[in-house]
Amino acid sequence: MRYLPLTDADRQAMLANIGAANIDDLFVDVPEAARRDGTVDLPRHQGEMQVERQLSAMAGKNMTASTVPFFCGAGAYKHHVPATVDHIIQRSEFLTSYTPYQPEITQGTLQYLFEFQTQVSELTGMPVANASMYDGSTATAEAVLMAHRVTRKSRAVLSGRLHPHYTAVIENLTEMGGFALVQPDMAPAGAEDLLALIDDETSCVVVQNPDFFGNVADFTKLAAQVQAKGCLLIVAVPEVVSLGLLKRPGDMGADIVTGEGQSIGGGLNFGGPYVGLFAARDKHIRQMPGRLCGETVDADGQRGFVLTLSTREQHIRRDKATSNICTNSGLCSLAFTAHMTLLGGKGMRQLAELNHARAVQLADALGAVKGVEILTDAFFNEFSVKLPANAAQTVDALADKGVLGGVPVSRLAPQAGLDDVLVVAATEANTQDDIAAFAAALTEVLS
Amino acid sequence: MSEKQTFTGNRGLQLEEALIFEIGAYENCGVDLEDVPQVESRLGDCAAQGNIDLPGLSEPEAMRHFVRLSQKNHAIDAGLYPLGSCTMKHNPRLNEKMARLPGFSDIHPLQPQGTVQGALELMDALAHWLKTLTGMPEVALSPKAGAHGELCGMMAIRAAIEAKGELATRTRVLVPESAHGTNPATAALLGFKVDGIPADASGRVDLAAFKEKLGDDVAAIMLTNPNTCGLFERDIIEIADALHEAGGYFYCDGANFNAIVGRVRPGDLGVDAMHINLHKTFSTPHGGGGPGSGPTVLSERLAPFAPLPYVEKSEDGLRLVENNGDAENNPFGRMVAFHGQMGMYVRALSYMMSHGADGLRQVAEDAVLNANYILASLKDVMSAPFEGPCMHEALFDDSWMKDTDIDTLDFAKAMIDEGYHPMTMYFPLVVHGAMLIEPTETESRAALDLFIATMRDLVRGAKDGEIDRFKNAPELAPRRRLDETLAARSPVLRWQSPEAKKAAE
Repeated sequence: MRYLPLTDADRQAMLANIGAANIDDLFVDVPEAARRDGTVDLPRHQGEMQVERQLSAMAGKNMTASTVPFFCGAGAYKHHVPATVDHIIQRSEFLTSYTPYQPEITQGTLQYLFEFQTQVSELTGMPVANASMYDGSTATAEAVLMAHRVTRKSRAVLSGRLHPHYTAVIENLTEMGGFALVQPDMAPAGAEDLLALIDDETSCVVVQNPDFFGNVADFTKLAAQVQAKGCLLIVAVPEVVSLGLLKRPGDMGADIVTGEGQSIGGGLNFGGPYVGLFAARDKHIRQMPGRLCGETVDADGQRGFVLTLSTREQHIRRDKATSNICTNSGLCSLAFTAHMTLLGGKGMRQLAELNHARAVQLADALGAVKGVEILTDAFFNEFSVKLPANAAQTVDALADKGVLGGVPVSRLAPQAGLDDVLVVAATEANTQDDIAAFAAALTEVLS
Repeated sequence: MSEKQTFTGNRGLQLEEALIFEIGAYENCGVDLEDVPQVESRLGDCAAQGNIDLPGLSEPEAMRHFVRLSQKNHAIDAGLYPLGSCTMKHNPRLNEKMARLPGFSDIHPLQPQGTVQGALELMDALAHWLKTLTGMPEVALSPKAGAHGELCGMMAIRAAIEAKGELATRTRVLVPESAHGTNPATAALLGFKVDGIPADASGRVDLAAFKEKLGDDVAAIMLTNPNTCGLFERDIIEIADALHEAGGYFYCDGANFNAIVGRVRPGDLGVDAMHINLHKTFSTPHGGGGPGSGPTVLSERLAPFAPLPYVEKSEDGLRLVENNGDAENNPFGRMVAFHGQMGMYVRALSYMMSHGADGLRQVAEDAVLNANYILASLKDVMSAPFEGPCMHEALFDDSWMKDTDIDTLDFAKAMIDEGYHPMTMYFPLVVHGAMLIEPTETESRAALDLFIATMRDLVRGAKDGEIDRFKNAPELAPRRRLDETLAARSPVLRWQSPEAKKAAE
């Protein structure tokens, strides 16, 4: 067994040193009824080649995004990640380190977390950001709980155009905690009157930009109206690249901004691991969930970084903590920071412009397909189309032709009555050939 | 030791590194991007004004920046990392390679299920291994970390209580005083009242006190086993039986599963729900604090409430059940967008297949052997609060330091100068000045012997009054002790330009 350094001779000598006759002596506290003599009913150990062969066979059964014209989004996006990023996150010192409990020997992790927080703060236009959350959906659910703490109220108003999984995660976490939600029906376009849903017990309004259908909007007016009613505005951003080109939620007046950072530095990975972004206003710092990294000095007066404000956290406050979270998404936030550092502000802007341009080209191409209607007027890199057919069946037929052509709304919201609506995304990873292939395949499938 | 001052502040290979905001520039870019095609903007009224005020670095500058930062970190690959309760074991690189196969890393969570049958097969295989190793009938794969798995388990319990119509009455959750802070935080998040259970003189749940606390208002117990003192709860089956009789559910914190994997099945102990930290027992990298993964196994009684999504077998192969309408049971809801930590599933399965049933059993045995070796080799000079044998971690308290003028923190910082990451300090809370040492099975006997010899020398130094060795420590790390009070009093949580700082004053 190549992973275990002890030899049988070591084991015997160590048992003798301990004063145990055999290994079972060390397990005497296990109740007899639960002791097992043999191994469990699973295969025995295998070498690298054997394991690699079996897992490669499984991997080989999947259609990979890079090998086909690919237009899926809906909260997870295919972007080019520079090779440098994957090398950096595989540095042993980052990969095999843990939460920086001992700051003197984890300044590497702490400094990049400080850089990450600054980048997220700048991109969202918010004064402070934390050291990351599990993903965009859990970050948004935690934002709702934070709004309840800040306002001491217990009800949230959710936009009907929030990603259905985000809605489900918020619903799960807040309803189990005894809190209420209200949400209008889902509609791909048109105005939503969220203000009318606010009552005396409402703590926050949650909107998404770009929303699930791809619409982009300026929430400046809504922020002021929501705040005038004593509520917080939470803006969720599931495609962080959009912040390269869109008005920042902080500049619109948002109180809390959450986001999914997967697009910067992360692969698709079938949905995880991803990295949640969480940013807020200074006055609410002590109600924030998650880890925070702060600047300080060491005994020699040199600048250094530490985890700070931990009196909010579970290991100190236990049942009075702001959240039960005890880790972040460390390595994914490193990937984010490294990729963002390679891009810089100028590169981020250009990347976002490229995404938008590809989406506009895609909209023009799909809009020309007979019977297809583009539903989204203002969008970033993703929009919705109405098909003259069932969207899920169309997507399956496209896949048979080797095109991954978007996400049917019914996959996430089967009850919404939007079976003919498809959400499609384009990024810098798409070529004009991809777009032409998608339009041609769609034409064929629909004819 | 040389006190030599250098012009740069660097000390040989130990290189100082500024923040990217101090070395980069807006115009710099380390990514080649295509020219943007001319199109008519469709951004509506939402287009940004002004530049994004973030610096970029060219590729060589970025590489140097992050490599220099990395060199300021302690890591398992570099040395023993005996952080109790964290299971800092070797992370095999085969697992990294497997997770990067495009068939796993380059697939979208919402592409048609017919195009990801291999991914679903992997999830199904992982579920089978986890269920078999724990002797439990169901597993929810999606929780993203240990604390998230705890939440999942407690949500399943809450759903079961609700289904029985007892939500209004079963409001109390029993949590031993030695528990991880996440346990009470999780219970409170779900609206339960947390009620502490004291430990007995042997470091385990006080059975009599526990039984006294039972009643028809008890929803659950949250018990870590092996517990945070590194001990197996001998009365665990009796605890489970009494709890079940009173109508409560048994949540087991599986943080310490490494001690028993392949040898003891939690299903045989009466557990109703237990999270498994794939990043501990199954060696997915800790990554500087995540991403983790916390699949949660469930008993027969809780299985119907398992959250969405889950994989099931259907006529056309494997199927991912993602929505309530498609579920036969009563899923309590959804923990995350998409399907959880696929990248971690691949690594964990690769690890399990490599070890096999025999290797995993050996993992537990060697982990426990290594911890007992440390306990036996140090207990004559340090103070162990409880009788052994221990499981996979050895616990000491600070009573041996009584006459030394140093405390646990000083001792830990002196370990840093000796090249070790300190053990977990001041946890569990039930032991004064706790030092919790978890070596894991991937340490060789030679590595343990050097560690033991180092610890013995530090103890000797402490008892001999070598105060500076402790109070000034660390002196040889990239930074000396950091002022945490200052950091918390006036928090600086992001970089600001000197101009912005000035304007703020």
